[in-house]
Amino acid sequence: MDVVNQLQRQFIDYSASLHREGFLDDQFTQLQKLQDDNSPDFVVEVASLFFEDCEKLINNMARALEQQQGVDFKQVDASVHQLKGSSSSIGAMRVKDVCIAFRSFCEAQNREGCLRCLQQVTHEYSLLKNKLQTLFRLQQQILAAGGSIPVVE
Amino acid sequence: METEDQTLVQDCLTENLDPAPIKDEYAPVIFSQETVSHIVSIDMMSGQQDLENILRARATGKGVLTSPFKLLKSNHLGVVLTFAVYNKDLPPDAIPEQRTEATVGYLGASYDVPSLVEKLLHQLASKQTIVVNVYDTTNASAPISMYGTDITDTGLLHVSSLDFGDPLRKHEMHCRFKQKPPLPWMAINASVGVLVITLLVGHIFHAAICRIAKVENDCREMMELKARAEAADVAKSQFLATVSHEIRTPMNGVLGMLKMLMDTDLDAIQRDYAETAHASGKDLISLINEVLDQAKIESGRLELEDVPFDLRNLLDSILSLSSDKSNDKGIESAVYVSDRVPEVVVGDPGRFRQIITNLVGNSIKFTQDKGHIFVSVHLVDEMKGTSDVGDKVLQQGLNLVQDMSSKTYNTLSGFPVVDRWRSWENFKMLNGKDAKDDPEKIRLLVTVEDTGVGIRLDAQDQIFTPFVQADSSTSRHYGGTGIGLSISKHLVELMHGEIGFASEPGVGSTFSFTGAFGKGEVSSLDSKWKQYDPVVSEFQGLGALIIDNRSIRAEVTKYHLRRLGISVDITSSLESACTYVSSIFTTSAFAHLAMILIDKDVWNQETVLQLRSLLEQHRKNCKLNVSTNLPKIFLLGTSMSPVERSKLKTSGFVDNVLMKPLRLSVLIACFQEALGRTKGKVRGKKMSTLGSLLREKRILVVDDNKVNRRVAEGALKKYGAIVTCVERGHDALNKLKPPHTFDACFMDLQMPEMDGFEATRQIRSAESEVNEKLASGEVSIEMYGNVSHWHIPILAMTADVIQATYEKCLKCGMDDYVSKPFEEEQLYLAVARFFESGL
Repeated sequence: MDVVNQLQRQFIDYSASLHREGFLDDQFTQLQKLQDDNSPDFVVEVASLFFEDCEKLINNMARALEQQQGVDFKQVDASVHQLKGSSSSIGAMRVKDVCIAFRSFCEAQNREGCLRCLQQVTHEYSLLKNKLQTLFRLQQQILAAGGSIPVVE
Repeated sequence: METEDQTLVQDCLTENLDPAPIKDEYAPVIFSQETVSHIVSIDMMSGQQDLENILRARATGKGVLTSPFKLLKSNHLGVVLTFAVYNKDLPPDAIPEQRTEATVGYLGASYDVPSLVEKLLHQLASKQTIVVNVYDTTNASAPISMYGTDITDTGLLHVSSLDFGDPLRKHEMHCRFKQKPPLPWMAINASVGVLVITLLVGHIFHAAICRIAKVENDCREMMELKARAEAADVAKSQFLATVSHEIRTPMNGVLGMLKMLMDTDLDAIQRDYAETAHASGKDLISLINEVLDQAKIESGRLELEDVPFDLRNLLDSILSLSSDKSNDKGIESAVYVSDRVPEVVVGDPGRFRQIITNLVGNSIKFTQDKGHIFVSVHLVDEMKGTSDVGDKVLQQGLNLVQDMSSKTYNTLSGFPVVDRWRSWENFKMLNGKDAKDDPEKIRLLVTVEDTGVGIRLDAQDQIFTPFVQADSSTSRHYGGTGIGLSISKHLVELMHGEIGFASEPGVGSTFSFTGAFGKGEVSSLDSKWKQYDPVVSEFQGLGALIIDNRSIRAEVTKYHLRRLGISVDITSSLESACTYVSSIFTTSAFAHLAMILIDKDVWNQETVLQLRSLLEQHRKNCKLNVSTNLPKIFLLGTSMSPVERSKLKTSGFVDNVLMKPLRLSVLIACFQEALGRTKGKVRGKKMSTLGSLLREKRILVVDDNKVNRRVAEGALKKYGAIVTCVERGHDALNKLKPPHTFDACFMDLQMPEMDGFEATRQIRSAESEVNEKLASGEVSIEMYGNVSHWHIPILAMTADVIQATYEKCLKCGMDDYVSKPFEEEQLYLAVARFFESGL
């Protein structure tokens, strides 16, 4: 029992820290609420979709920006737009913020800026991925120990 | 006929007379009166004067007078009157020679002027001596004095003319007083007196008139001042009304905002705070209204209401209104109502509240940073007569006991207080002197006890006097105007009660008052008072354990819990609590034990953990189901910062922290949350309604982004909708070609190949085509699922909600938009349009 409590406390603290540091926002909490007995793995599912999507888009953007003979900023912009959309759907706040900056660079057709943003996006994405994986691992541990995942307000 | 003649002025002694010289004519005196017999045989013509006289007399035939000369014998000044005697009647116009011719003799008389005067005037003289001067004034410029002494001018002179019969001669008599007439004192006095009297009378009149004028003036002034005072009073009332109105307006703004806040997503405790703020704001507005009522009190036109109200709720709200101030100061506040006081009484709750608020406010003001404010309500009957008092709080209140070891008293906070019975020892009601004891009335005794600075002994007489405070520095230090107590006294008296106090400087003050209230029925309560009825029963039968080292404080907590129907046990320390808990493990009491309330004073982290583990150990030992709830642990605290509170909460040591003064509403909310009666956030009505709107509806979600699709699907499924997802505009076209069974479509705007606008346009054109055909009868309605008019609600999903986009959406046939990701309120509003109308 103690173990469960400890894990739960850890989960709460970790969740709180993710929120505090801006990795996740309220939308993520909303997603967690959508998870119930009918869709017990909803959050994990959405997160995995997000990671896939992210990787694809980042690759697209990298490729587009590498083009030596003129960057197709429209294409980059489209990808960024996609990324922004999905990150806001999942509540990945930091990623979304970078995307917003990214878009303005695209509009200004600033290659340097875009490359910098791309770097940032990649960085944020990998950070978030790690964090979420830790979170999900904790969740599994709790479930395995027989506890229930506490709802964080 | 006798003639008398006198001789010359100078010397007239008869003996010394010489015989007359030889002359042509002689006029000797032949006959004379006795008195002048000495002049017989004297020739009257021998004197010059006489001669002239005789000659003139004989010439004129009239009486002639000499000028004054000294008479012979007496030597007085006198005059002689001579008449000529004729021997025949002469006509009036006869010439002097004729007359002389006819003269045979002469008649003469001498006037002895002095004796004449004296004899005549003798009768006239008044007391004052009259000085008479007689003059011969024939020669006006040289009057000859015939009689009289030298003139002394004494003022008043009366001149009268004397007529001796000779027209030739004139004589005058001057009369004057010998002495100056003395001042006519009588007259003077009289006239002065009269003058004075007149003056006085005049003065009196004058003074009277002046006074009248002054009084009239004053009266006018007073009328003016009175009018001004009345105007000032009116102005004051108007000012009060205006200012109050001015205050009311922003207050209403505050209340409006609070109402809007309450309509948003709040958890149970936040909702309670917002509701309390709202209630406080409403109380403030009613207080402003009460300020306007002060005018009524001052003019004696105040009347009390007669409505039923719940005493306990009222006291809760009064204390919560002032709890910020008392908590900030570190003062503990609590309210206790005896069991014997009925639930509902009939009276004026507003005025009752006003009195208690005033007393509590004073207590807070004058209590610095330690101790407590304790409001307790009992029936007057509980004090009277019976020596054994049933109520524990009352028992302890009447017997102040000091614990020697810890130097604390058995009061709420441990600090000493004045003996409360001293505050009501003079009440007639309690001494049984009150003759009319109406059995229909409920007599309550309310006591407000504090551990403040107390009232100075020499100021104690005056504290109910309006505008007088304990001393001049009170207003400076503590603020206030000093009317509160006098108004409270007036109100208490209107309630047929009495108010009194006992106070000791340095210890504290205890105020008590009584009042008569009517009996009331629970059902007669206004809805405003009946908030908690249905909820109360849900805690019925539960058990609680209170751990508190101050017994009065524990009783207060017990009172609150008993109101919810929870049965309560009290222990005074954590250790004894552990013992107690262990002892009841095997009994049903443990099964009912739903909560343990620990006061901050006895809080000890380690011991609490011990208690917790004890409970959990027990659960494991009994192999109870994991889901069996352990008793919830609550911490009761007075002044704690929110940080401290949340730390304690998240630490997991306690399930919640309850702030004092305890309020029923907070307790209910906390218990509900802790015992899991409601699910987390109280969403208001929105969630359930959205669910009812979307349940079983078939919704198409169009978005090229996998993540977005999944999230939108999940969100909509939560409300019970049946969701289909497609990736491309083209797929949407296909799906939404009539006939189809979709009820709504959520369309992403930015998609590659065909974006949302284009897709919608094409869907609409397809729909209108079909509609035309149906209208013209070209195709039968059965082919199209018996729907005569096709228009599926299409809502755009966009993160970009600018006006231009919205207009564009509308232009191409969309019905509305929602933001991405979904926001519940907006979603509800958008969807409600279509589904409420029963599409």
